[in-house]
Amino acid sequence: MTLRLFVPADAGALAVGSEAVARALQVAADRRQTPVEIVRTGSRGLYWLEPMVEVVAAGGRIAYGPVTAADAESVLDAALSGDEKHPLHLGKPQDLGFLKTQTRLTFARCGLVDPRSLGDYRAHDGGKGLERALQVPPASVIEEVTQSGLRGRGGAGFPTGIKWKTVADTAADQKYIVCNADEGDSGTYADRMLMEGDPFVLIEGMTIAGIAVGATQGFIYVRSEYPHAIAVLNDAIRAARRVGMLGRHIAGSPFAFDLEVRVGAGAYVCGEETSLLDSLEGKRGVVRAKPPLPAHKGLFGKPTVINNVLSLASVPIILANGAAFYRDFGMGRSRGTMPIQLAGNVKYPGLYETAFGITLGELVDDIGGGTRSGRPVRAVQVGGPLGAYFPRSLFHLPFDYEAFAKADGLIGHGGVVVFDDTVDMAKQARFAMEFCAIESCGKCTPCRVGSTRGVEVIDRIIRNDNRADNTALLEDLCHTMKFGSLCALGGFTPYPVMSALMHFPEDFGAPPKLQAAE
Amino acid sequence: MSTYAPWDIGVARTIIAGKQSMLGPLLPILHALQEEFGYIDREAEPLIADILNVTRAEVHGVVTFYHDFRHAPPARHVLKLCRAEACQSTGGDKLAAHAEAKIGVALGGATADGRVSLEPVYCLGLCAVAPSAMLDGRVIGRMDEEKLDALLAEIDR
Repeated sequence: MTLRLFVPADAGALAVGSEAVARALQVAADRRQTPVEIVRTGSRGLYWLEPMVEVVAAGGRIAYGPVTAADAESVLDAALSGDEKHPLHLGKPQDLGFLKTQTRLTFARCGLVDPRSLGDYRAHDGGKGLERALQVPPASVIEEVTQSGLRGRGGAGFPTGIKWKTVADTAADQKYIVCNADEGDSGTYADRMLMEGDPFVLIEGMTIAGIAVGATQGFIYVRSEYPHAIAVLNDAIRAARRVGMLGRHIAGSPFAFDLEVRVGAGAYVCGEETSLLDSLEGKRGVVRAKPPLPAHKGLFGKPTVINNVLSLASVPIILANGAAFYRDFGMGRSRGTMPIQLAGNVKYPGLYETAFGITLGELVDDIGGGTRSGRPVRAVQVGGPLGAYFPRSLFHLPFDYEAFAKADGLIGHGGVVVFDDTVDMAKQARFAMEFCAIESCGKCTPCRVGSTRGVEVIDRIIRNDNRADNTALLEDLCHTMKFGSLCALGGFTPYPVMSALMHFPEDFGAPPKLQAAE
Repeated sequence: MSTYAPWDIGVARTIIAGKQSMLGPLLPILHALQEEFGYIDREAEPLIADILNVTRAEVHGVVTFYHDFRHAPPARHVLKLCRAEACQSTGGDKLAAHAEAKIGVALGGATADGRVSLEPVYCLGLCAVAPSAMLDGRVIGRMDEEKLDALLAEIDR
């Protein structure tokens, strides 16, 4: 009998040697003349265990990890004999605490299936959302998405259904669906994982969006830093076209929809929706003023749905299981689940999809296990380079759009970067300004000029040059950037800067008075 | 190590014409040219402008806006180090300083012999196996000084 082995080809797994592991397993099997089938999957998202190899045993899949090429022989022996004493034996992946406590809706198939196999996709409940979308009128599809409470997972948190309805209600000869896969925030990798591990769910979500609003063409704008995701998406689109899941008559219906992958060129600001649209049009990625909204005048001036990867990939399960099923997860106005990404100096880094409402402390201390370095956690940055730094005293915050906004932060795209007590928060604040200066599109003066001035002011504060005055100046500058910039780059850079200054004043050489107040 | 064809305006014309009818063809054209020649030759800009019926200024503006596009051939090896927050939290600053000292160039520079360039990158999406790097398109996670030295030795071979 052929032994089935699963080895991730996710970029995060490849980066820690999964390719060599796959090769070594094949060599070991050939030497034993044991027939094996090595399926390359996405990642389950338990990155401290990558490369994590799974084998099919009598009672289901058994995982081993982290496996190196040198372990291939012994892991294969253990897999063949069913020996549970192998030091890398982890048991059933779904029984591992990190996975067991998750609610995987958007990431249900990631790491489980062959991302290039439509058969595998369908065998694991893929395609049911589209099936349902084709049975009901387009207006009902939009209503279902609205009722689910789904909000933009890219960071802005705008209700997805309302965006769709605006596009549907705007008459035009051509409409577009654009997927924002320009995942540039440090600490985030959920889009990448999903595109590499389950691309068909994104294709299905975009197709449903197209049917719902009357768009026949879609674009996935992927950043050039993600070559593996680009390759998988292109293969998946070709496979979907072959079976009529994309094309002139979607699954035999009168609806037409097709997709194309477009590659970014290293500009962070193109993650902002209007600059992304300009980039797609072949221009400099400069932010547009709103209105007009992209829903009215978007790509090439046509009504355009522009959604993040995770928003679109959550649509199929909403259609398949109903709005109420999805809405029942979460808290307040944050409904459903959020794929949270634990990153940086954390003991158990990985993708943790869970209902909104989990606290920051639970995420970092319980799920993440504290720092990898073993030192105390001092700060966490939530939501990428434009997100606030939080101290331990705010670890009671629930993961919820409104709660984070109230604490002068944002959940953004769900990235959580952990720092230990060696971090210099003045340096982190300085970096936030520096990054804004590098990536500013140049349209708004507060962002273009303010970011460079911000670096200089922070430098003066650090070397105690007129510290009190310069601190006041920095606050004033942040205020100007926040309210005088068109997009989140200039507008949100003040979050990491001001949060670092407010919560960690001692790193800026604050006078004793402030330190005493700590 | 990547190898590129020498600049050839005839080949460039064919590449551009092949993508001319796409919606918003400029970025796909620039990517295709850079994939072929390793950089965007100055001669390419008026050529693109002519074929797409846009101004040279518009093409030049786009080429210079994006970090990815180069006006000169790259070094034979390109080592990118992630300099974003998740990699900073796991010792990325120290690693970058080590790389600069070892290679003898600052981030953003290339060795005088054109052997290797050291480039900063802001997030490779490998934040769960930080710090991360990319050598000639190959991704490497859980970087440390030892791994970096091994990569440099590989380049030297």
